[in-house]
Amino acid sequence: MFWINTKRILKAGFVNFWRNGFVSFAAVLIMLVTLFTLGSVVFLRAMLDTSLQELQAKVDVNVYFLTDAPEEDILTLKKSLETLPEVALVEYVTREQALAEFEERHADDQIILNALSELPDNPLGAVFNIKAREPSQYGTISDFLESAAALGAGQRVIIQEVNYFDNKNVIEKLSEIINSAETLGFAISIVLIVLSLIITFNTIRLAIYTAREEISVMRLVGAGSWYVRGPFVVEGIMYGVVAGVISLIIFYPLTIWLGPFTSRFFGAINIFDYYADNFGQIFLIIMGAGIVLGAVSSFMAVRRYLKA
Amino acid sequence: MSMIQFDNVSKTYDDSSVALQDVSFSIEPAEFVSIVGHSGAGKTTLLKLLLAEEYPTEGAVLLGDQNINELARRDISDMRRRIGMIFQDFRLLPNKTAFENIAFAMEAAGKHDDEIESDVPYALELVGLADKAWKFPHQMSGGEKQRLAIARAIVNQPDVLVADEPTGNLDPLNTFEVVQILKKINDLGTTVLLTTHNKGVIDSLGKRVITMEKGRIVRDDAEGRYVM
Repeated sequence: MFWINTKRILKAGFVNFWRNGFVSFAAVLIMLVTLFTLGSVVFLRAMLDTSLQELQAKVDVNVYFLTDAPEEDILTLKKSLETLPEVALVEYVTREQALAEFEERHADDQIILNALSELPDNPLGAVFNIKAREPSQYGTISDFLESAAALGAGQRVIIQEVNYFDNKNVIEKLSEIINSAETLGFAISIVLIVLSLIITFNTIRLAIYTAREEISVMRLVGAGSWYVRGPFVVEGIMYGVVAGVISLIIFYPLTIWLGPFTSRFFGAINIFDYYADNFGQIFLIIMGAGIVLGAVSSFMAVRRYLKA
Repeated sequence: MSMIQFDNVSKTYDDSSVALQDVSFSIEPAEFVSIVGHSGAGKTTLLKLLLAEEYPTEGAVLLGDQNINELARRDISDMRRRIGMIFQDFRLLPNKTAFENIAFAMEAAGKHDDEIESDVPYALELVGLADKAWKFPHQMSGGEKQRLAIARAIVNQPDVLVADEPTGNLDPLNTFEVVQILKKINDLGTTVLLTTHNKGVIDSLGKRVITMEKGRIVRDDAEGRYVM
């Protein structure tokens, strides 16, 4: 009996979806807007996240050593830096590497290269590029470096300059922007999603309002609650599935078209590559949201008219 | 045992308007009973009590040996399947064909597909709509719609067929046809309860007539005529 009923409810849902063509069309259209918004929010957050990561990766503290700083002192400092929990990475650029990089950077500038070759010795000191795990931790690292420099003063000063103090304002500002961008993005996503949920819910309610007479007739003929409700819930799920498939299809050319733009604007990530790489996850999010939204809205809307 | 029994039933609506006052009568199996009365005499309220759409303020309504007002919500749909209903406004399912409208009543009753395949054409045949099986209600005339509604009401072989002003929207010819079908169904053994305004219908039937006025039964005649 259960399977016969399930089969009949499914069939009735499909048939109603098809026969109520115009109502279905309207509901699918609204649902499409909702799911498209949801998808866009997913994409936007991904873009924002990666570009923030890119920005964060660009922040570092540079330590410039004196040209006559002995290498073993530098390596000792590197070791003690690496023991700090805040430090993610210490990149050691030796004097020779610094010179090579400098020459490469100015390969087109013959005057500077000539001036460089006039000098008796390599004028560049070794450099540390230090990355913290969190932007807020650069303060601690630079404090440590300061004390290390002071420590070194007893024996020998090896650090010429720590550029954190120049970058300090920029780094702090960036931390703030990153944090507020994430909060704002989250708030906007929530508002957009809630709005479209309300609109979809009301559209489906309106669609079922047009069928309220039908519902009372079904009750009078002696159909049980679930037998009346089932086909409407199936119809709601159909709205979700059709709208979900359409929005997934729309995202395909859209991301191809937007891909080059996003990779320029947000740094490394191309939105189409992101779509292709995470298709399974995005498919689940959009289809899942569509199905749940359609089913729950229909369920709640029919409940009103079942009471009679 | 009576088919339908009303025991001292009164119904007062929330705004304290009295719809039924101390109504008692019983209907035997295979009887054909008409209820007549002006609008507002309480005919519709009476039918609503029978279908458990409304509950009596006092008294009891029995279908067979079952007190309708003591049924749990989930048992009401089972009870309603024992009563076939037709209405003045037909109340068909607009998105279903004639065949599907009838099949729906059988599906709701949990009948098997092979039963549906064999019984629906029979019901359509009985009301003379065999050639309209795949038409939608909006493609049919008023008389055809009412005959379809009758076919749907009887397909599950209910104990009682309740007809609420079934000819109210129909011309004399269609009215005649519908009444003939109701008679035929009654002859096949189904209890029929009919409410109507139509004097011609009552007089041509020559069956039991209950006359109502202001929520009370004023006449109950075994071979009644329309007296107002």
